[in-house]
Amino acid sequence: MGNKQTTFTEEQLEAYQDCTFFTRKEILRLHARYRELAPHLVPLDYTNNPDIKVPMTLIVTMPELKENPFRERIVETFSEDGQGNLSFSDFIDMFSALCEASPRELKTIYAFKIYDFNRDNFICKEDLEKTLNKLTKGELTPEEVTLVCDKAIEEADLDGDNKLSFADFENMISKAPDFLRYRHLFGYVFIF
Amino acid sequence: MVQEEARSLPLPPGPLMTKSESVLSPVRLSVRSPADEEGVHDSFQQLIAEHSDNGAASSALELQQLQSDLDEESRDNMPLSGPEHEHRRRQGASDLECDGGEMDPIQGEGWSSDTLKILSSMPSRTIGRNRGAIISQYCNKTLKLRRRRQTRPSIRDFSPSSRPSIRSYGMEGDTTDAEVSKRERLVNNLQNLPVSDRVRMLRGMPLSVAEKKEIRNLVMQKEKRILSNKKLSCCSQLKYYIIIAARKSWYSWLSFLHSLQPWQTLLKRVSGRFGTGVLSYFLFLKTLVFFNVFLFLVTGAFLVLPQAVHPPYRDTTSFSGLELLTGAGSFSHTVMYYGYYANYTLPRRSRDEGGGQNASTLTSDSQQFSYNMPLAYFFTIGMAFFITCIILVYSMSKTFGRSFRINKSNSILTMKTFSCWDFKVIKKKSVQIMSENIGTQLKELLAELTQKHTKSTFCKRFCRLMVHGVAWTICIASTTGCMAGVYYFSEFIHKDLQQNHRNLYVNPLMKEAKLLSLPTVVSVINLLLPALFNLVGWMETYESPSVFAYVAIGRNLMLKMSMLGILCFHWLGRVAPEYKSIGLTCWEDFVGQELYRFLLMDFIFTLLDTLFGELLWRLFSEKVLKRKRKPVFDIARNVLDLIYGQTLAWLGVLFSPVLPVVQILKLFLVFYIKMSSVMLNCQAPRKPYRASQMTTIFITLLCIPSLLGASVCVTYTMWSITPSTSCGPFRTLDTMFKAGKHWMEILEKDNPSLSVLSKAHTYFVENPFFLFVGAGIFLIVIYFHSQVVDGQRKIISLLQDQIQNEGEDKKFLINRLQSVHKQKQDAGKRLKSQDSTC
Repeated sequence: MGNKQTTFTEEQLEAYQDCTFFTRKEILRLHARYRELAPHLVPLDYTNNPDIKVPMTLIVTMPELKENPFRERIVETFSEDGQGNLSFSDFIDMFSALCEASPRELKTIYAFKIYDFNRDNFICKEDLEKTLNKLTKGELTPEEVTLVCDKAIEEADLDGDNKLSFADFENMISKAPDFLRYRHLFGYVFIF
Repeated sequence: MVQEEARSLPLPPGPLMTKSESVLSPVRLSVRSPADEEGVHDSFQQLIAEHSDNGAASSALELQQLQSDLDEESRDNMPLSGPEHEHRRRQGASDLECDGGEMDPIQGEGWSSDTLKILSSMPSRTIGRNRGAIISQYCNKTLKLRRRRQTRPSIRDFSPSSRPSIRSYGMEGDTTDAEVSKRERLVNNLQNLPVSDRVRMLRGMPLSVAEKKEIRNLVMQKEKRILSNKKLSCCSQLKYYIIIAARKSWYSWLSFLHSLQPWQTLLKRVSGRFGTGVLSYFLFLKTLVFFNVFLFLVTGAFLVLPQAVHPPYRDTTSFSGLELLTGAGSFSHTVMYYGYYANYTLPRRSRDEGGGQNASTLTSDSQQFSYNMPLAYFFTIGMAFFITCIILVYSMSKTFGRSFRINKSNSILTMKTFSCWDFKVIKKKSVQIMSENIGTQLKELLAELTQKHTKSTFCKRFCRLMVHGVAWTICIASTTGCMAGVYYFSEFIHKDLQQNHRNLYVNPLMKEAKLLSLPTVVSVINLLLPALFNLVGWMETYESPSVFAYVAIGRNLMLKMSMLGILCFHWLGRVAPEYKSIGLTCWEDFVGQELYRFLLMDFIFTLLDTLFGELLWRLFSEKVLKRKRKPVFDIARNVLDLIYGQTLAWLGVLFSPVLPVVQILKLFLVFYIKMSSVMLNCQAPRKPYRASQMTTIFITLLCIPSLLGASVCVTYTMWSITPSTSCGPFRTLDTMFKAGKHWMEILEKDNPSLSVLSKAHTYFVENPFFLFVGAGIFLIVIYFHSQVVDGQRKIISLLQDQIQNEGEDKKFLINRLQSVHKQKQDAGKRLKSQDSTC
């Protein structure tokens, strides 16, 4: 018990509880897992909000992310500096946004960010190509990839600018019943 | 979703113009309604304001004129339809031609920098991206929520500047520190929301946790300041502390609930290895456990407990061990079965009986409460079925809504790309399989799209039809054969019992063991025929895997339902009317025991199936066939087995109120056995699995044939079969249904003033007319719902058209803006050249 008390102050815990979808226990658990990644870097005591960031190379070794084709993008999306270095706040943010309890809206927004590889606020052909290549791991030939990209954009683009804006993406996702189901990336985080 | 989008999509021209007007011509300010502005993004304002700063006063005037011209047009043509649209476009163009401006040249080629700026700050491109946009979006959201909630804190609680007012809309964005003021307003709005809403809003905001914490701190500080300023009275201070304490206890309660959910870890491990498909099987199992727990709680509280407190007689049959299999023997005269329950009103001795259902507590003795067992039995079973039905229908409608959205999308490829990755899967091998799957699926889709339908030749189609016909014939013939077999076998058993019951020399243990033959035969059929169906299925070729899955489900369902139908006929049509001829005193007990045996046999055969079908087959194929592939977990068949078991349990509740406990135990064991078997023996399914649609189908199957069939049987038993004359709560009555009428008569005799009630009972319950009226109302409600859905569909298509139109508007406006710039640029050049010539 004393151990837990020193990690966060009561106030910090409450703030985290209000801002994320986690309970107090889970937050402490997350901190433990964060610390596991870099024990020499991350202190146990977080009461004075130390400014510490864990680099992406360590984050992607987590079992939840290790096999995910979009792991780098996910980590980058949630890092404050855009380089993939996560502070504890960013770390908990990532888990909160992708956990089972977070609403569809939020997930859609972050999914869009993740798929937007070049960060131009659009999913354009390049982004789609990258997505496809990561998804299929080279199962498709380049011609097929281009074909799929063309068709996909043709299908989902509502306003005719040949790339998918967030509105297009949201509209498309709203019709996919399995989207929400599949997107609980971190639902089971507390076991492994 | 679509409506949402229509609202957030950029700039219908009308509001845009009115917005700009607010900067340029303050005279009109008073005419506007606040509603116009709400959807508008401030960045335009800012930009236009910049414009007016950039240029000289004259250019601002010109712009103003242009804007007002445009504004008038747009107001005239508010409804967006084709011809008017065109008209406006032309007029706008002519406006452009006559307008000439003097302005500094603006750098940039192609799109000018301002155009780009506008483009990049349009709401459609900033939702969820730009911090300012997020904050203003949530500002509006919180405001709306607050209006809806009509929140408690009165207006004098706020400082004057923070009071929501229409004026503030006009002012926003005029200042350079727009984001700061927006944030302040957001903080204000949040502070005025009730705590639960505030937390929900905070959690849903797509900002980083650090920013959320900052906003939260601001809100908290503000709240504290207000509280301290107001010099709280003792009472409200107390309220404040109570609220804080309540919130803390709520949090701890939540985390406690979270830890209560059973099997969390195991379920997550399965989903990590096999994905959503296999997970849906285990979730379904969990749902069934909950249904049974509910059923048991009801029957336990209202039937088993009161009866167990008042045991009618002691029957001492020694326990032989075979009871566990047959359910008969020393189990026969316990609370397990219908026959044990009393047909009289239990006297009041302990407190338990007092708190029964409203319907079942009665005051026939008029001095004290007592417990009328027949009535309690009748209503408990009835209510349990009714509530289960309601829960099922509710969850069915919910999953329907989720999996079959109102409008089907036509963007299959995009959807595949973005939403087919099962993020839950984290095992390396499964991930590999999934990538391959997605690759092949995309290839198939592409092939479909590029060549559309290649007409197959007549001969080919005929061959295929033949194969399907043969397959169906085999399936139907084998099912019918099995049905006939079970029919004659049960008849044979029945005859055998009739002959043997007088024969006293037969060993009673043998007699009981013989009872196990029918359940064994049925379970063997249930195990073997699906395998045959699978074999037949390999013979056929289906275009899509989903059709294949549906056909397999249909065949299995046909088999299971026909088996259950025959059995119900055997019990209700053969055993019940002539129970005395086979030496029974209580046919309900016998049926209850039969159902217990069937449940048990089903469980044993599930075990055998797991052992032989999965474990040994895996070992065989690994060691002997040297194949690397493991067997695939057949989700559809396993789910159907569960549904079959559940139907048995529902059928048996009437005859054996403790049967749900048996079912719960069985489900628990099945869960662990299947879980370990899946982990050990199976690999991730190769076929794509539409988890949400399948879940819908399973829930529907659980509702329509399973629960409906069971309740039809139970109702039939209650309505028109004479209960045994020497046991059970209904022993003196013609049918179980008469219990209510009987009670009414007693009630009327005891206090005649209640005769209205009994008349009402006669009219409303026994008259079929009201049944028809009820059914009619139900149908009408369904009809209205379907009409509403139809209407929504139409609205959605209209809104989609509007979105398209607005996209065109957007393009038009941007072109317009660009040309204005160009003209100004040209004019500036001209001016310069004039200057230089001078």
